[in-house]
Amino acid sequence: MTETLHSELPVQRSTALDPPARLGELRATEPISRLRYPDGHEGWLVTSHELARAVLADRRLSNRAELQHSPIRVGGQAVPIPPPAKPGMFLNMDGTEHARYRKLLTGQFTVRRMNQLIPRIEQIVAEHLAATRAQGPGVDLVEAFALPVPSMVICELLGVPYEEREAFQRDTREGFSLDNDFAEVMAAFDRIEQYVADLVARKRETPGDDMLTGLIETGELTDEEVANMGLLLLIAGHETTANMIGIGTLALLENPDQLAALRADPSLIDNAVEELLRYLSIIQIGPVRVALEDLELGGVRIRAGDNITLSISAANRDPERFPDPDRLDLRRPAAGHVAFGHGVHQCLGQQLARIEMRVAYHALLREFPDLRLAVPVSEVPMRVDMGIYGVHSLPVDF
Amino acid sequence: MRVEVDPDRCAASGMCALTEPAVFDQDEVDGTVVLLDPAAVGHEREAREAAHLCPAGAITVTG
Repeated sequence: MTETLHSELPVQRSTALDPPARLGELRATEPISRLRYPDGHEGWLVTSHELARAVLADRRLSNRAELQHSPIRVGGQAVPIPPPAKPGMFLNMDGTEHARYRKLLTGQFTVRRMNQLIPRIEQIVAEHLAATRAQGPGVDLVEAFALPVPSMVICELLGVPYEEREAFQRDTREGFSLDNDFAEVMAAFDRIEQYVADLVARKRETPGDDMLTGLIETGELTDEEVANMGLLLLIAGHETTANMIGIGTLALLENPDQLAALRADPSLIDNAVEELLRYLSIIQIGPVRVALEDLELGGVRIRAGDNITLSISAANRDPERFPDPDRLDLRRPAAGHVAFGHGVHQCLGQQLARIEMRVAYHALLREFPDLRLAVPVSEVPMRVDMGIYGVHSLPVDF
Repeated sequence: MRVEVDPDRCAASGMCALTEPAVFDQDEVDGTVVLLDPAAVGHEREAREAAHLCPAGAITVTG
């Protein structure tokens, strides 16, 4: 295999709903290709479904923060290698350390537990759809519906007072912006961290019937650990699902045949959610894994310390795995996509996200039978400047 | 068909319980896999699918 060193992670999109075309070209010719990272590191980029799955399942590949080179610039600059994950920040840990924290949470996110939340989520969705209607045509569906619904759900689960959301929502936006200075990004995450740390102290004083209190009461965790676990859940819990609800709605509106099929047969909703996850793949940067030893992957030699960046969107548009991959087809077998990742780090909250999306899309289409964009699609501001893709706003008429 | 599960490998993603709740369940406390029907009677195809989808390789199907 040729090993041309590519200079940049392709991020330029030519359409709103498709990944950068360059990723598809690479997948066809070099599913694992050499990539020069902005700080000079010479690592790899994986674009095929098969290799993405293999990388994510391989326990010789680490997710530890302090080994990772960023595949992108932030604020136009290469960013430094991060320090080791703080206690409780288990996303960027490996092995037993990661498993210890994750296992304290997994019982809270089972399929059964999430199904039990459906009535409450339906209620939250109904309230926000009523408020959306009250705002009238031209309303921004992100502000009125897509963001507040998952925000309120995760706040209630964790025990975060919903009226305190403004600051952490703003800081999450700042933190995921690729245009901000790196110092601004770090400052934004520091502010959310401080907020959650203060909240944990309050919970210790005044326990509630919520997940943060539950973590405190395990007696196995320091307040710092509880706070960092809570921070992960808070950010992951509202930012990702909110963007899927927003851009998922746009994708349906832009594919009228599929929208009509879903309206005609609401029982398609479970598979529709899987297909929207596959088709949209909103995690547009990474994940990254680091080789802990020399190994072979996809016919190339990887050396210990090499960083491997995965393109989730390229993997989920791999024609070897999903025929006619660029077509949104709500009836295709879409299970097996890697939108939630794969391996032991696979999204902890995925069953919650599924339930939220099912309830949200279903109720939105039922309540607004004539839902349509209020502006041409070319004027919908896409989140090309953010770590998580989606729409900044979605003006709709109904 | 014989289905085997390894709770020590399990990452508690819930993919198996989502795919075939007649064969797989999740532990109430830590969410790890609970095997309800090792023969997966009438759900052979779904059991294979669950094994394929399992992110942690904790499900093995033979026969």
